[in-house]
Amino acid sequence: MRQNAGAEDGYIREAELRSAALSVKKRMLSMANSCGQRTHLGGSLSMAELLTVLYMAVMDHDPSDPLWPDRDRFILSKGHCVLAFYAVLAECGYISGQLLDTFQRDGTALGAHPTMAPELGIESSNGSLGQGIGMAVGLAKAAKLKGQKHDVYVLIGNGECNEGAVWEAAMLAAQWKLDNLTAIIDDNDMQSDGSSAQIVHMDLKKIWESFGWEVREIDGHDVMAALEAYTAPRIDRPRVIIGRTVKGHGISFMENNGEWHHNRLTDKLYEQACQELEAEA
Amino acid sequence: MMEITARNIRQWSRLGPRAVYGLALAELIGRDERVYALSADLGVSSGLGRLMAEAPERYLNVGIAEQDLIGVSAGLAKEGLVPFASSFAPFITMRCADQVRMNMGYMHLNIKTVGLSSGVSVGGLGNSHFGVDDVALMRTVPGVVILSPADCVEVVKSVEAAAAYEGPVYIRLTGEAGTSGVHTDDIDFEIGKAISLCTGEDVTVIAAGSMVRVAVEVSGRLSDRGIGCAVLDMHTIKPLDVEAVRRAVERSRLIVTLEEHSVIGGLGTAVAQTVAGGDVRPRVMTLGTPDGYLKNGSYPYLLEQCGLTADAVTERIWDALQE
Repeated sequence: MRQNAGAEDGYIREAELRSAALSVKKRMLSMANSCGQRTHLGGSLSMAELLTVLYMAVMDHDPSDPLWPDRDRFILSKGHCVLAFYAVLAECGYISGQLLDTFQRDGTALGAHPTMAPELGIESSNGSLGQGIGMAVGLAKAAKLKGQKHDVYVLIGNGECNEGAVWEAAMLAAQWKLDNLTAIIDDNDMQSDGSSAQIVHMDLKKIWESFGWEVREIDGHDVMAALEAYTAPRIDRPRVIIGRTVKGHGISFMENNGEWHHNRLTDKLYEQACQELEAEA
Repeated sequence: MMEITARNIRQWSRLGPRAVYGLALAELIGRDERVYALSADLGVSSGLGRLMAEAPERYLNVGIAEQDLIGVSAGLAKEGLVPFASSFAPFITMRCADQVRMNMGYMHLNIKTVGLSSGVSVGGLGNSHFGVDDVALMRTVPGVVILSPADCVEVVKSVEAAAAYEGPVYIRLTGEAGTSGVHTDDIDFEIGKAISLCTGEDVTVIAAGSMVRVAVEVSGRLSDRGIGCAVLDMHTIKPLDVEAVRRAVERSRLIVTLEEHSVIGGLGTAVAQTVAGGDVRPRVMTLGTPDGYLKNGSYPYLLEQCGLTADAVTERIWDALQE
């Protein structure tokens, strides 16, 4: 399955992608509930559509050949939101249901932050914020140096943009005109301690533009808007897609609720969350 | 490969470790298409001026951004390229310590970093530029090889050995231009294998980097006083040549470690830990820079302040043997 966006009927495409995102969210809830521990559900739910569309309709990759040299590369820089990452990898077929059941359990390969496992489609170890984009710049530059045509994607949190290392890499990517690099910002306007606007306000659109990036601002839960932003013709610079999202999206008691940055489900809350997702579908 | 001749050795000693690093890397780049030179705006200071002019496509300047220097190196390494990233020692280790921990440690990527002018060799530039904690820091990162070449021959050998080795390596450059080297001929240089330079039954000085030459001088002076002083050139600080240390322990009544690095966490700590774990435990004296900040001054002044001259080390050992 070397998959990529094809010229398909837009309506079917949208229905498929929405359905896939819903399936990803259900997996996330199930993993979070069955592990019985606190997980980063809020930020995982906010990025679910952005990541689903990327893997299902944009990236060239092959779950049966995870090390395929021409695959597009993805780095999850906001490493704490692995729930969405593992769920998407499972949806694609990189991770079996059996392995998924080991999430956050003793000795698992699927910890609370990603540990590099190329055979599972996990390109890098993350968890220390601000570092993914530096590696992504190196990956994109390497592709240029070696004359390879694949693309590199890195997903960053809006709070993570507080990290200075993000901007060291952003400057360089523009200088090197890395038009094979796309950063995705899951901008749910919240971070660990609360509202980003009240902690360190950042006008991300202006800032990324001033750093020399092509900026596309979208509703991060609109799968077709995401698809369009990912696949629009490139210009001679790196691209950043700022997805305006809602933390805890789709679950009433989690939406915009800082308590669900890192929290534990109960069976009752799990049932309610599943019902709400179904109703939304 | 760089030719090891008496003439080249003399020339390299005049040029100093940074320039010789640049020469060795440029030569390597010329014959290995995977290798790239990177720096955080210190290409010329890394001896790469000629490479920058003649093969600019093989030199990547990431700007004054050491965290990104390691991040970009990680991306290149993941794609099968071999990045050699250099900056002054504190900036390529502690400034970007978290990137080092994640990329060189946790992900064990094939990144080579080079600490320029480590120890106190930058002299007047002061404490902000000293590299007296780089080994301590890098030793705690699992899986990273730490090389500390004793002279320019070993700088060349370290670059070649690091390139041939698959995994993260930190090369620590100490000493300055115009200092005569330790080796006058080609040597066998193997990662993790200490080089025995002098023999003697009373004391063994285990030294690294710039202090190897001092140790050899100390051995001569002690010999004049009837003391047998062996010298081990411990060019690989991690993984430590534990067997060489054990052999030294068996024959010596005093083990001395000598390094241009803090007495905390460096070669001395590594050797003392090894000795403490053995059955025979001779006294271990760890000599290095003090746990504190130094006054401003020239390189020779600073070495004197730290007691890292041949005179001072000889007297310290002599006194210890009289106790």
